[in-house]
Amino acid sequence: MRLEPVANPSLWRATVPPAIAIGSTVVIASLLAMAAGANPFSVIGLILKGAFGSKFALLETLNRATPLIFTGLAVAVAFRARLWNIGAEAQLYAGALMTVVLGTGMLQWGAFALLPALALASMLAGALVLLVPALLKVRFGVDEVVTTLLFNFIFLLFISMLLEGPLKDPMGMGWPKSERLVAEARLPRIVEGLRLHWGFALALIAAVVVWVIERRTTLGYEMRAVGLNREAAGFAGIPVNAVLIKTALLSGGLAALAGFSEVAGLKGNLTLDLSPGYGYTGIVVAMLALLNPLAVVAAALFVAGIFVGADSMSRAVGVPSYLADIMLATALLLMVVAILLTRFRVVRE
Amino acid sequence: MDIFEILLSASFWTAAIRIASPLIFATLGELICERAGVLNLGIEGIMVAGAFAGWMAVYSGTGLWMGVAVAMVVGMVFGLIHSLLTVPFGLSQHVVGLGVTLLATSLTYYAYRLALPEVTSPPKIDAFQPFEIPLLSDIPLIGPALFAQTPLTYLAFILVGVVALVLYRTPLGLAMRAAGENPSAVAAQGLSVTGIRMGAVIVGSGLMAVGGAFLTMSAFDSFFFEMVNGRGWICIALVVFGAWKPGKALLGAILFAAFDALQIRVQQTPLGADIPYQVFLMMPYFLSILALIVMSRRAEVPAALMVPFNKGER
Repeated sequence: MRLEPVANPSLWRATVPPAIAIGSTVVIASLLAMAAGANPFSVIGLILKGAFGSKFALLETLNRATPLIFTGLAVAVAFRARLWNIGAEAQLYAGALMTVVLGTGMLQWGAFALLPALALASMLAGALVLLVPALLKVRFGVDEVVTTLLFNFIFLLFISMLLEGPLKDPMGMGWPKSERLVAEARLPRIVEGLRLHWGFALALIAAVVVWVIERRTTLGYEMRAVGLNREAAGFAGIPVNAVLIKTALLSGGLAALAGFSEVAGLKGNLTLDLSPGYGYTGIVVAMLALLNPLAVVAAALFVAGIFVGADSMSRAVGVPSYLADIMLATALLLMVVAILLTRFRVVRE
Repeated sequence: MDIFEILLSASFWTAAIRIASPLIFATLGELICERAGVLNLGIEGIMVAGAFAGWMAVYSGTGLWMGVAVAMVVGMVFGLIHSLLTVPFGLSQHVVGLGVTLLATSLTYYAYRLALPEVTSPPKIDAFQPFEIPLLSDIPLIGPALFAQTPLTYLAFILVGVVALVLYRTPLGLAMRAAGENPSAVAAQGLSVTGIRMGAVIVGSGLMAVGGAFLTMSAFDSFFFEMVNGRGWICIALVVFGAWKPGKALLGAILFAAFDALQIRVQQTPLGADIPYQVFLMMPYFLSILALIVMSRRAEVPAALMVPFNKGER
């Protein structure tokens, strides 16, 4: 068996494999739900209803999608340049940390000055967290997959240490959590009365900005060139290491915005369960979006919908909500095969 | 108790070898995959699946060794999925590996919730017990450390020899190493690069799962969420540290485990009481990164690692 490129894929070839991938994911999820004793046909309906079926559900999905857009963008930008940033989780917490350090009373500014300052400081913190593995990669050739993964564990322990030490809320009844942000440091709601904060709007803006950077700037061109073929890019005079460092700063900064937006928009303080793995899920989001910044928004909504819907389904019929994670993993693996089959045909020998 | 006293106590080395055992299995597994040219980032999830599968099998009434076999088969199934996507399809080994980790972990947690819906603390099994080898276990210091362990630990050490033997002394091992260095040469010999690589990933994943099963069936006697806790990623660092050689990887695993055992003991000394415990827990991860930096200068990476092979292409 070998693969042969297809020059001009037909509409048929471009749409059927992805559709089969999504369909198979639904079938697998239904079978697993059946194993849990639920009616397989109602489970998918319950997930959809729980994610998009009411105003409350929809707002919940948009809220859940917000950090995923940021981490999805962070991963998409990095992967585009073949910088394997698996550390968005650590960068997210770096942003959240900066937000509570500066936003719990240290800076006594009005909201119009404070919020942008917090966002920028968060981005800086996240960028620095990814700068270390990026420097190790370009200076020593240390594989960034392992270092960024290990940094996730280190950084979470670091946060835990701070939350039980200098950052601990004295009024927290002994729980490891930070003090609450001052009122000026909270992201307001977009529409009064609706539970959706400006972090979501910021995420949409970030997606457009990243798209513009990728498609309309020299840096974006260089990032894509480095991602396509590092040797050729270097040969063509592109400063490969500098591009990788810039990509790392951008990627780390984007992931950190997820932490800023979660703390300033939703939670109001920092705890160890701020992120249920948004950094890792960002990888799935970015892959489903084929690393396209605008498609990241759609992919994040899809993924957030599965999570929110599965939670609600799980409460209703008692199927474990880990079904959502299984669906994501299955969708991811089947989708990468499907995308391949839109561009190649399998030839038997 | 000062550090020298700790280093000279038998219980310290016994603990170090015990901590090293799961790492040895999983590191050998990853080493086999990478030697044939495939990076397997499914390792973390496969260890989780192995830990659960072995424990669950024993809890449902099979024997301990049968549980190890069940874990191995489960690992091999995930290895099959990984290798199908990365070898004949040539898909990104990073993306597929992380996908396999996510799939294995979530399927495990789902299965756990289905199998034991209403338990607050997971049930215990009768795990492997230490088996003292007569005479040898009486040697001071190294006796208890090396010869009074559970059978799975002995198996781990034996496997290091077996893997080294196969890799360096058999035609199969030669073909495997060549598949990771120069796959065209393998194809020119009329051998199937696809077959060799898939086989390596499947067997390697089986070993990773046994490494996970060691946690639930030998180190502890129960299954917890988050129990693998990054050990898989550390094993990937250990493969690099061991320069893709089984013997050096074994040494790396023991060094790493000794350090881990040491930090647990230093935590309990007066010195350790002044330092937040998180600092100690961070140490293994820092150590792994440090090892990667030190070894990166003279690392002998398999030349075709992460390079898909298409017959007929140059």
